[in-house]
Order: sequence, then C-alpha cells, then structure tokens
Amino acid sequence: MKAFLRFWYDFIVGDDWTIAAGVILALVVTALLAHNGLRSAWWLLPLVVASGLAASVLRVARRG
Amino acid sequence: MRDVFLFLATFLACSVEMVEALTIVLAVGVTRGWRSTLFGGGIAAIALTAVIAALGPALTAIPLSALRFVVGGLLLIFGLQWLRKAILRASGYKDRHDEDAVFAKEREAARVAGTKVRAGMDWYSFTVAFKGVFLEGLEVAFIVLTFGTTQHNVGLAAASAGAALVVVVSVGLVVHAPLSRVPENTMKFAVGIMLTGFGTFWGAEGAGVKWPGNDAAIAGILVFVVVVSFALTATLRERRGREVVLGS
Repeated sequence: MKAFLRFWYDFIVGDDWTIAAGVILALVVTALLAHNGLRSAWWLLPLVVASGLAASVLRVARRG
Repeated sequence: MRDVFLFLATFLACSVEMVEALTIVLAVGVTRGWRSTLFGGGIAAIALTAVIAALGPALTAIPLSALRFVVGGLLLIFGLQWLRKAILRASGYKDRHDEDAVFAKEREAARVAGTKVRAGMDWYSFTVAFKGVFLEGLEVAFIVLTFGTTQHNVGLAAASAGAALVVVVSVGLVVHAPLSRVPENTMKFAVGIMLTGFGTFWGAEGAGVKWPGNDAAIAGILVFVVVVSFALTATLRERRGREVVLGS
C-alpha cells in the first residue's frame, strides 16, 4: 500500500511538492474570483506558473 | 488549431515515454532472449489498452468544466514537473537522461540475474519488460485520456499515441540499440511547455475564467511559457558557468 501511494505521489507530485501546492491554491483562488464576478482573472494562473517555476529551479541552483 | 496542438503534444509526450520503455525491453531482450520479454511487454500493452478503454467513457460522463478544472490542474502540475527537470538539465544542474547508460545498467542487471524458467517462461524477462512498459505506458495513458477527453477527441489523441508507437518501434527494430540519438531532453522540454500551456488554459477555463481571444489564447500562453522557460534556462546557465569558473 505504501509503495502504491509512493508511486502515485512521485508520478503526480514529483520532486517539488510546492509546485503542486501552488497550482492547487492558484486554481482555487481563480475559481473563487471567477464565481464572484471576476471572470477576467485569467492572469493569475500564468503568474503563478512563472513565479512557481522560477522559485523551484532557483532553489535547486542555490543548493548547487 | 486545437487539434494540431493535441496531436503534436500527445505524439511528443508518448514518444518520450516509449523511448524509455523501448530501452528497457531492448536491454532485457538482447541479453536474455526475446520470447518472454516480448510476452511481458505485450501483456503490459494490453493492460494499458484496457485502462484507457475503461476510463475513457467514464471521463466523458463528467461535466466538461469540472473535467477541465481537475485535468487542467493535473496537467499543469505534471507539465511544470517536466519543465523544471528540463530547465535544470539544460542548465547543467541535473544530469541529462542518458539512454546508453540506462541500457548498460539494465543489461548488466539482466545478465547477473538468475535464470528461473517455469512454464517455458523466463519470469525475470517477463516481469522487467512488463513493469517497464506498464509504468512508462501509464503516463502515455494519462496524457491520451486527459488531452483526449478535455478536447472531446480521445480518438485523435489515441491515433497520435499509435503513430508514436509505430515510429518508435520501427526505429527500434532498425537500429536494434538504445535510441540515444533521439534528442530526448529537447523533446521533454517541448512536452513540458505544451502540458503547462494546455494545463494553464484548461485549468483557468474550468475555474470559470474567460480567456481574452478564447481559443487563440492557447498560442499566447505557449509563447509565454517558452519565454519564461528560456529566460530561466539562460539565467541558470550563466549562474552555473560562474560557479564552474569559481570552483576551478
């Protein structure tokens, strides 16, 4: 069971869980904004993509 | 436009996974014989087809906006994972995927493993080939299903995966060696960009957002992801270069 869950975790989440957490949070906030009348909140997800990716790779680079 | 992207993204993603599966199958087949290896790979392919056939119709029953929200999110996480690795590899912070090295490692493991033949089957070859094809194939199944259902065109996604299978297996049959000349890292970069781009579009659309220009926004998102990825690669390469100079 542990190995099974580990496989799916590695398969979907991968090496950096903060990327998955950031995407989920951004999607939830986008949905909340859209359902409260702000259907033009398309910019949020690309912003999170760029900043999340940059933060993740720069973290690895800082570690060397 | 969407169909072209759908075909291309599925073809590239599936090719990358199939090259990895082919390396494992070739290493075991060349070292221990083909019968059990091909049997293991074949059974895995049938199991994957069953997974797609079972889940495909179930996914199409889910409302499109909910499907795009969930699938877009999954694709985005998946795509960013690929892109992250590709950027780190391209800038020298992570070792490049080397099919020759994987082939040599699998071949050595196959050589030293004991031979247990039961019911006329070499179970080591069967298991390794099955596992290799099934695990790599799961990603293919995931991509075919998610891309296909969100675009209401599982047939085109499956045809694209089929085309990738034909190309990879044909090349494998001809060269009979690991496909180390395939620019796998470049392909992974391209797939990461496409998965991230489509994931962003579908995820936001599923969340209820209206994209400026509707479908045309996909091209804009892809350009944005390309620019961000190239900028990050260039920044990290420069940083890595400085580190190497300072370290030497």
